[in-house]
Amino acid sequence: MEKLTPQAIIDSFVTELGDGFFGGSIRECEVAVKKNKFRSLWIEVKKSAFRHAVEHICRLQEYPHLAIISSSDLGTEVELIYHFTIYYGYHLQELSLGLRVKLPKNDLTIPTITDLIPGAIFTERETQEMMGVEVVDIPDGRRLFITENVPEGIYPWRKDETGPEKLLRVLPGRKPKGKDKKG
Amino acid sequence: MAVGETEKATFTIPVGPIHPALKEPIRLALTVDGEEIVDADVFVGQVHRGIEWLGMNRNNPIQSIYTAERICGICNICHPFSFVMAVEHATGITPPPRADYIRAITAEMERIHSHLLWAGVAAHEIGFDTIFHLAWRVREEIMDLIEYVTGNRVTKAMFQIGGVRRDITEEQFPRIRQSLDYYKSIFDQLKKVFLDDKTIRMRTKNVGILKREDALKLLTCGPSGRASGVPKDVRQDQPYAAYADLDVKAITPDILTGTVVGDVYDRIIVRLLEVKQSIEIIEQCMEKMPPGPLLAQPKIAVLLKTLTKAEGEGIGRAEAPRGEVVHYVRMEAGRETLATWKVRAPTYVNLMSVPTILKGMQIADVPITFASLDPCMSCTNRVVVTDRAVGRKSVMDYERLHQLSIEKTKELQL
Repeated sequence: MEKLTPQAIIDSFVTELGDGFFGGSIRECEVAVKKNKFRSLWIEVKKSAFRHAVEHICRLQEYPHLAIISSSDLGTEVELIYHFTIYYGYHLQELSLGLRVKLPKNDLTIPTITDLIPGAIFTERETQEMMGVEVVDIPDGRRLFITENVPEGIYPWRKDETGPEKLLRVLPGRKPKGKDKKG
Repeated sequence: MAVGETEKATFTIPVGPIHPALKEPIRLALTVDGEEIVDADVFVGQVHRGIEWLGMNRNNPIQSIYTAERICGICNICHPFSFVMAVEHATGITPPPRADYIRAITAEMERIHSHLLWAGVAAHEIGFDTIFHLAWRVREEIMDLIEYVTGNRVTKAMFQIGGVRRDITEEQFPRIRQSLDYYKSIFDQLKKVFLDDKTIRMRTKNVGILKREDALKLLTCGPSGRASGVPKDVRQDQPYAAYADLDVKAITPDILTGTVVGDVYDRIIVRLLEVKQSIEIIEQCMEKMPPGPLLAQPKIAVLLKTLTKAEGEGIGRAEAPRGEVVHYVRMEAGRETLATWKVRAPTYVNLMSVPTILKGMQIADVPITFASLDPCMSCTNRVVVTDRAVGRKSVMDYERLHQLSIEKTKELQL
């Protein structure tokens, strides 16, 4: 398949998603002596257009490589970034593509993409247990890293009241919140 | 007596989650029908240490470099490498070119030592301890070199945001060349031992096959993916540091054999050829190394202040010995720690292919098949075996599995 330039990829997202497209940017930085470019693309989409966006990426590259889903707690919303790489396998042609989607805290759900990319299962399971984002229709919703004895409703990556604060032992230079017990 | 009438009792032998002889704990649940594996499941998380949480809540970014170094004892260059690149990407700091070259040299040294370590482990898994001792003896040379260059065998503390902490000078080049020449002189012998030996061929050919399509679907990366014919290598695709100046080619097994099977034997070929490639890369880096400073900002207090004020996000991608490492960081102005830090290690994705490659194998093939992915390996020390025919469940420990593997080698040799 013909390889698009970063700008053409953004344009294709605009035509494909219409209202669902929030914004896109290209970042380039120069590396080492020859000043070859490290190129990354960042695209933000509306939650309702998310599945459509992933399907579009699957059309750009037959098997897009999903590196990881990163998630950040931004206060009133949770931001997920799906880090894809496309056009791999050729010298200097690969692009890093971050697909950003923001979820309001009162509706933390995202559709699964394991039907499109089966290897997304681990990172979806991790996002579910660590950030408390419910992945709808996930084929295997068990916990991945967190042990059974961590209670439900505690999400280690959150920065609000559902964070792991209660479970922490006192770290050096850190005072526990709540009850002040010794030992 | 019907099968299963008296055999229903389930017993479990508790073998701790950490096995002292191996690298990292993990558990595999295999469903077997007699000797044949029909299904497998992976349980991870026994050593989840919340390193990302520390970076987000306790440490400042400079301290996090050293935490990143301790994510893995073997890949202790690629994690800080990827991490500092992510922070540099987020803040716009550009490391000086000389630092890029020093980073690449240390990363390639790590690849040589990691692949030789793996070669030894793989030989041990099939019960061929002579080769295990040979590979690890040969590995000592590169460990000595790493110690000579960085001052330490394991955690090297070479990396700093915006450069490296130690120089590699002209005076050190002869010593480095001496080690590289040693590897070049024994490379043919190693190749003969690993690729032509009858026992190794018997135990690795057509074992643990991962087809190209499965590798792509399950996002398998690194040597395991390349052995299945996916030419994905960050050093080639989206080169970083000094690799951007070199012409690195992803190594697939068809270079040597003309075909891609995707079995354990192919994974040996890829790793062996990568050792040679790493030697060439180090030599090229030494030749082309530009003069100049090592750090973009030598004063740590100033650097720390810049980092606290910085706002933005970035990704760092590096090709570790086992595959691609991705770090994502997000920085908020006025926040001393990182706002978000996400680490993707190669084994994270490679483990997803375990059920696929184990299906249809015999229990005795589990150690070598599993080790061929080069995961942090102690996985095999806690395999739960469920025998479907008799409905019995037991935990097979590492020693027993290893014994089965040795027996199979001996049978094949007869």
